[in-house]
Amino acid sequence: MSTRGVSAPSDAPVSPPLGAAPPGYFDAASTEPLHPAARDVLLAAADEGWADPARLYGSARRARMLLDNAREIVAAVVGARPDEVTFTASGTQAIQLGMLGTVAARRRQGAGPRSVAVSAVEHSAVLQSAAHLARHEGTTTTEVGVGRDGRVDAAEFAAAVGDDTALACLQAANHEVGTVQPVDEVAGHCAARGVPLLVDAAQAAGRVPLPAGWSVLTASAHKWGGPAGVGVLAIRRDVRWRSPLPDDERGGGRVPGFENVPGALAAAAALRARWEEADAVAARQRELVDHIRARVPELLDDVDVVGHPTLRLPHLVTFSCLYLDGEALVTELDRAGFAISSGSSCTSSTLRPSHVLAAMGALTHGNVRVSLTRDATRADVDRFLAAVVDVVTRLRAGLEEL
Amino acid sequence: MTDSALVLDCRGMRCPLPIIELARRIGDVAVGEVVTVLADDPAAASDVPAWCRMRGHEYAGTGEDVGGAPSYLVRRRH
Repeated sequence: MSTRGVSAPSDAPVSPPLGAAPPGYFDAASTEPLHPAARDVLLAAADEGWADPARLYGSARRARMLLDNAREIVAAVVGARPDEVTFTASGTQAIQLGMLGTVAARRRQGAGPRSVAVSAVEHSAVLQSAAHLARHEGTTTTEVGVGRDGRVDAAEFAAAVGDDTALACLQAANHEVGTVQPVDEVAGHCAARGVPLLVDAAQAAGRVPLPAGWSVLTASAHKWGGPAGVGVLAIRRDVRWRSPLPDDERGGGRVPGFENVPGALAAAAALRARWEEADAVAARQRELVDHIRARVPELLDDVDVVGHPTLRLPHLVTFSCLYLDGEALVTELDRAGFAISSGSSCTSSTLRPSHVLAAMGALTHGNVRVSLTRDATRADVDRFLAAVVDVVTRLRAGLEEL
Repeated sequence: MTDSALVLDCRGMRCPLPIIELARRIGDVAVGEVVTVLADDPAAASDVPAWCRMRGHEYAGTGEDVGGAPSYLVRRRH
């Protein structure tokens, strides 16, 4: 096995600036540290926007103005009108409210369309919400499979959306393998049938242009360098939605509880900054990801590089190594200074492999998901490749001859 | 049921152990013969076919369950 072309781990990393991720942090798809543009805004908004935005005096009006400002910024980036955007407590909450509220509006007293169409590779929050609807609303879930590249076939998805479909859900791009989904191709079909389409944009927002044909769009601020505790729920004005929760006047009647004004403004600042640098960051990340995708199979035998080769997010790459335990890979790479995640069953609390990898027919054990932060460099990636070769070689040496 | 030349009882083993066992033992059958992998780890349902694809063998589908554990059929191709 050759390690030629991989730089030695001698170029020791310099310590990162305050609040930045360390150079070996390759789990941006789980969360990114606060974007520098959001740090000052978060503090300033905590000082300026602490009052109750529902009240009528000066400090309250200031908080309201900051919240409206945050909504305008987010709306502009995701392609919505400001009054279509509401901040939630998380991306998961946005998905739950988006799905439950849309189905609730379409089903009254148990009548109305019954089916919820989802891709097999949606985030678990989507699949769990569909299961919840099945238990409590009597819906059925129509799961549309994917090809080996993780992509839904647009015609197959459209065929699953019919007169009895209450809601269709298709992610903008997959969170585990990076494959971009044909959302705009299926959106026309959904619109023609009058079926609302929920697009989970958690992994795509701030990184790539978003599809336009959604009825409901959800996202999560900490994925783009905003603070945790802020999600986005955008509902088109012509889409019917009814709260599945007890009435609450906050959050435009969509999201319960006192608004997190500083969080929302910091999230908006991070999103705007990300969006302004998106092309440059994506170009850099694509080059690094292409490098990893090309080098891993050259450096190692028996690896399955997963995900669509070109229709993919810029920052994320996944591969699986035959005969290895995902947990051991995570642990050994951590020891070598790299933070990665794994879809292997041994790393999940349920001891089941990633439903995304299984749906794609990919190898589920020995799985490594690498997702780059906005400032990842070629030197970081080359050190990582050297570490992967070392770890995989050592772990495989522990097995008897295969 | 497909005639199996070898049955690997991998019940109770967690992935990747059933796949390691399959890789070690595939050479024990002649080319064209079938190995049955009996495995109750849910990851085997994905990983046996993926191993076949990566190693150039034929995944011949699932066999009969044994004591509630599914079985997977692999035909040696080289």
